[in-house]
Amino acid sequence: MSIDKDTAARVAKLARIRVEPDQLDALAGEFNTILGFIEQLNEVDVDGVEPMVSVTPQRLKRREDVVTDGNQPDKVLANAPDAREGFFAVPKVVE
Amino acid sequence: MADLNTLTIAEARDRLRAGDVTARALTEACLTAIDGADALNSVVHKTPEKALEMADAADARLKSGDAPALCGIPLGIKDLFCTRHVDSQAGSRILQGFRPEYESTVTRQLWDSGAVMLGKLNMDEFAMGSSNETSTYGNAVNPWKVDDRKLTPGGSSGGSSAAVAADLCLAATGTDTGGSIRQPAAFTGTVGLKPTYGRVSRWGIVAFASSLDQAGPMTKSVRDAAILLQAMAGHDPLDSTSADIPVPDFEAALTGDIKGKTIGLPREYRMEGMSDEIDRLWAEGRKMLEDAGARIVDVSLPHTKYALPAYYVIAPAEASSNLARYDGVRFGHRAKLDQGDGITEMYEKTRAEGFGDEVKRRVMVGTYVLSAGFYDAYYNRARKVRALIKRDFDEVFAQGVDAILTPATPTSAFGLGEMADSDPVAMYLNDVFTVTVNLAGLPGIAVPTGLDSKGLPLGLQLIGRPFEEGDLLNTAAELEARAGFVAKPERWW
Repeated sequence: MSIDKDTAARVAKLARIRVEPDQLDALAGEFNTILGFIEQLNEVDVDGVEPMVSVTPQRLKRREDVVTDGNQPDKVLANAPDAREGFFAVPKVVE
Repeated sequence: MADLNTLTIAEARDRLRAGDVTARALTEACLTAIDGADALNSVVHKTPEKALEMADAADARLKSGDAPALCGIPLGIKDLFCTRHVDSQAGSRILQGFRPEYESTVTRQLWDSGAVMLGKLNMDEFAMGSSNETSTYGNAVNPWKVDDRKLTPGGSSGGSSAAVAADLCLAATGTDTGGSIRQPAAFTGTVGLKPTYGRVSRWGIVAFASSLDQAGPMTKSVRDAAILLQAMAGHDPLDSTSADIPVPDFEAALTGDIKGKTIGLPREYRMEGMSDEIDRLWAEGRKMLEDAGARIVDVSLPHTKYALPAYYVIAPAEASSNLARYDGVRFGHRAKLDQGDGITEMYEKTRAEGFGDEVKRRVMVGTYVLSAGFYDAYYNRARKVRALIKRDFDEVFAQGVDAILTPATPTSAFGLGEMADSDPVAMYLNDVFTVTVNLAGLPGIAVPTGLDSKGLPLGLQLIGRPFEEGDLLNTAAELEARAGFVAKPERWW
């Protein structure tokens, strides 16, 4: 399977990474190199094999559904690029 | 008397307890070494005040007789670990200025054990790389040097391997998703252990590929790896994948006796085009373990060839999900916006500016393999192949094999910049011997066993049964003792 410029642009959009139009050809080329390498997986007979979910056999632990943390808005906001009045600030989302 | 920064953890521990040296003197020796090693670009955030404060506290504890295992031992910490109020950037521009309000479980346990933090260590951006060349801080440099070229210390834990090899610290933490502890250790003549998946908590370590990531020790000896792992390991309620099983005494497992152990040599690791030197090194390792009384058997891991391609589906897929959090809202970099830019432009510009090329590439490959229509063909197929790779190991261990011996890397350290014109896949091949271990969740250790014809270190890898790091370390210690690797890089920096 070969990735063209349009597909590369669509993937960049999905990943929310701006790629300048003049760089899309090079990006598509790199994708094709990597995907070409991955294509080897098609040689493997995987009939009847379950996809791995967890590498260790154990079941994930459960815990009581209770509040264990909180009441520290200052710490939560301490590293925000733009925080105002106890909130994260972002550009206008809804018109 | 040797400089204090050249001591192993075990030596320093004994001398601290004997009252022969102080934590302050040890720490000062390391800080001096760090200040004289800027050419290695290994320590990227120095924390000397914090180090001396912690050293004084350690000295007080030692004096009072309440001294935990690592009391007074100065360590370097990979930049991937969140350390409270200290820059934790994962080698990325997108986390510039990020100072966490919390401490990772691993580093908290280290400080609780009395260890001293010297600073944060260079690494490939988000641990994605095998040469430390994708770091926003610039390349870390290998203290080993045989000609005019500057060599890579490996990656992604390149700052850690360089710091340990150059005696800037007694030991360091690393993390390993496809080989990022073991390959840098092999390139620098140091010891690097990736524990079993679940042995060490991942909480507070910046996530790359959550089903593969595992933190571990990078040290000057196998004994030190046992000591440091002891302090890093254990169940953590904050990481639901951390194993709730007892942590044995790893140092006590170093009995020096491996008689009757069965060591497997996987025939699929004899790669086409493998250099004679690596082949010879492997044969020598086999002989050393044989001389120590181990039984050597040939084993087969038939799906080895498919480990790297499976990894390059699974790791980018998980990375694309994990790195979605870098959106310019809660922490880190936000791009300057133009008039009229909305939230989508903010995301796209922030991520374009904040991520380097390799990270962008992997996030986008991951996005692609997870996208509608390709999920089954790529992601699910890779997870099935991963199950087969793990089954290969299960079957070998079921035959009574205790550990598997392989080369650690296909070559010795290469020159910085030498891979710049290769395609990304050429760099990925560095992990050909190590990546299987992450996919199968097993413990693996790189042990320095010799020098190549150029005079650069080479290492062998031992792979153990799940959660049997003690037994693995014991075999590694025998290999270490018989290899007698004592070479050190000559100081040029």
